[in-house]
Amino acid sequence: MDRNDRLAISVKGLTKRFGAFTAVDHITFDVAGGEIFGFLGANGAGKTTAMRMLCGLSFPTEGKGWVAGFDIMKQSEQIKKHIGYMSQRFSLYDDLTVVENMRLFAGIYGMKTSDAKLRIDELLSQLHFGQERHAIVGSLPLGWKQKLSFSVATIHRPEILFLDEPTGGVDPITRRQFWELIYSSVNEGMTVFVTTHYMDEAEYCNRLSVMVDGQIKALNTPKELKLQYGVDTMDEVFRRIARGATRSE
Amino acid sequence: MKTLLVLLRKEFIQFRRNKFMPKLVVMFPMMAMLVIPLVTTMDVKNVNVAVVDADKSEISRRIVSDMQASPYLRLSLYAETYHEALDAVEKGAADVILLLPTDYEKKLVSGHAPSISVHANGVNATKGQLGAQYLSQAVTQTLIKLKRERGIVLPRENIYVQNRYNPTLDYRIYMIPALMVILVIMICGFLPALNLVGEKESGTIEQINVSPVSRVTFTLSKLIPYWIIGLMVLTFAMTIAWLAYGLVPTGSLLTIYAATLLFSFVMSGFGVAVANCSSTMQQSMYVMFFFIVIFQLMSGLMTPIDSMPQWAQYITYLVPPRYFIEIMRAVYLKGSAMQDLWPEFVVLAVIAAVMSLIAMLTYKKQS
Repeated sequence: MDRNDRLAISVKGLTKRFGAFTAVDHITFDVAGGEIFGFLGANGAGKTTAMRMLCGLSFPTEGKGWVAGFDIMKQSEQIKKHIGYMSQRFSLYDDLTVVENMRLFAGIYGMKTSDAKLRIDELLSQLHFGQERHAIVGSLPLGWKQKLSFSVATIHRPEILFLDEPTGGVDPITRRQFWELIYSSVNEGMTVFVTTHYMDEAEYCNRLSVMVDGQIKALNTPKELKLQYGVDTMDEVFRRIARGATRSE
Repeated sequence: MKTLLVLLRKEFIQFRRNKFMPKLVVMFPMMAMLVIPLVTTMDVKNVNVAVVDADKSEISRRIVSDMQASPYLRLSLYAETYHEALDAVEKGAADVILLLPTDYEKKLVSGHAPSISVHANGVNATKGQLGAQYLSQAVTQTLIKLKRERGIVLPRENIYVQNRYNPTLDYRIYMIPALMVILVIMICGFLPALNLVGEKESGTIEQINVSPVSRVTFTLSKLIPYWIIGLMVLTFAMTIAWLAYGLVPTGSLLTIYAATLLFSFVMSGFGVAVANCSSTMQQSMYVMFFFIVIFQLMSGLMTPIDSMPQWAQYITYLVPPRYFIEIMRAVYLKGSAMQDLWPEFVVLAVIAAVMSLIAMLTYKKQS
C-alpha cells in the first residue's frame, strides 16, 4: 500500500525515540475521511509527539504512515499543503493584528488575494470577531487567541485539521463555540484529529483512541468503549485505561 | 515569489512596530560614528615628563624650558637622580624620563657630546611611544636652534627626524571606514540572529514549519530586510562621516555600496545560520560574540594584518570582514576603483554565496 486515498490518516507501527526514551511506541490506527478522531491520553503519554510526526514537524524513528494520501517519511512537504495545524502553545505573531495574521497565512498557503479576503471575512464573522479584528494579537485574552489559531489553521480549507488541545484553558462558553466550529468544519468536508483532556468533549468524537505510555491502549467509538468497560461515562473509561500509566508530567 | 512578498511585508510590519529595533538602527550608527572616533584617538596630550638634569648648564635649562612650551609635554618633576624619576614613573606621576648627562654642554661645545636619553613607560605602549617621540622631537628642535645660534656641531645620533604628520587626523581617517565595517557586522549579523531565535522562543516558527513554505523562501524573508537595513546604516554612517568629520570617499560610492551589499549577504547569512543551529537567545548570542571578537581582532580592523605572525595572517584569509575592510579603506582613502579590487570582490562574492547557502541548508522544518 503506497497510497491510500480512502483514508485520511493511516499509521502502522509509528515510533519515536529520543535516545533511550520511547515517546511513541508502535502505534497503529486509521482515520477515515470526514471523521472526528479523538486522541486522548494523560500528560506525557505521547499525543503531541505523535501528532507532530503526522504533520511533518518531526521525523518518525520507525514505522509507516500516510496523511492525505502522502507518505509521512518522504512527502512531508506535500502533506503540509493539505493539513491545518493548531498547536497546543499559541504560535501566531503577537505583534501583528488579527487580520494581519490571517492575511499572512492566507498568503503562505498561496490563496488568491480576493479569495483570502472573502475567507477572512467569513471566518471573522463565524468567530464573532468585531472590533478585535484590528487589535494586536498580544493584547487579546486567551480564548480569542485560541479562536484565531483555529481560524488560521482552517483558513485554506485543509482536508485534515490537527488540533492539539484546542480548548485548553478556555471558558465553557468558548469551548462550546469551538465544538460548533469543529462540527461545521466537518460539514464542509474536513477530517478532524483532536487531542483533549475534557471527557465531555471526547463524547463529541466519532471515534477515540486512548494513549498510555506511548502506546494506544484502546480504540473505538465512545459508546462501544463505555460498553466494553461496563461504565456510564467516558471519564470512568479513561480512568480505567490510564490507571496503569507509569509516566506522567 | 508571492509568498516571499507576504513574508517580507510581515517582517517590515514587525520591525516598524518593534519598540526597540528602529531606534537601535538609527541610534547605534549615530553614537558609534560620533563618539568612537573621538575617544579612540591616538593623539596623546599631557605627557608627563620627569627631567633628570645632571648637567645643570645653560643648554640643559634651555632644552627643558623649550620642552615646556610644547602643548603635548608637561614637566611633572625635576628629579635629582634617575631613581627618583623612575619612582615617579612607577607611581604614575611621569610617563617619560629625560636624561641630560653630566657635562653635556662642555662636551657639546668641544664636539664630543654624549647622547641625551629618553626613557618611556612601556605599560601604556601608545602613550609611552608617542610621548618619547614628542620629547625627542622637542629636544631636537632646541638643538637645531642652538646650532643656528652658536654654530655648534651636533653629533649625528642626536638628530631625530620625524615625519610630519598629524596623528589625530590620520588615525581618525583610518578608523572611520573600519567603524562602518563594525556597524555592518553588528547590525547585519546580530539582528537576523535575534529575530530568528525570537521566532523559535515564541513558538511562531512552528506555525511556519507546518505550512508548505519553502526553506529558501522563508530564509530569504529573514535575510532581505537586513540587506536593506545594512545599506541604510552605511548611508547614515557615511553622512555622519561627511557632516562631522568632512570625510568623503575618494573613490566611487557605487563600489562602496556593492561591497556593503555583498558583505551584508555574508553577515546576515551568518546570523541566520547561527540562529538555525541554536535553540535559545543566550546560545545564539554567545556563538555570535565568539565569532565577532575574532572578526574584529583578526580582520585588520584594529591592528594591521602585516604585523601579525605568519600563521595568523593565513587565518585572516578566512575572516570575511578582512576583504570588506580592504575595499572600504582602499575606496575611501586611496580612491581605488572596482577593477583594482576585483580579487577582494570575487572572494567576498563567493563567501556571500556560500554563507547564504549555509543559512538555507541549516534551516530544518522537520526535526
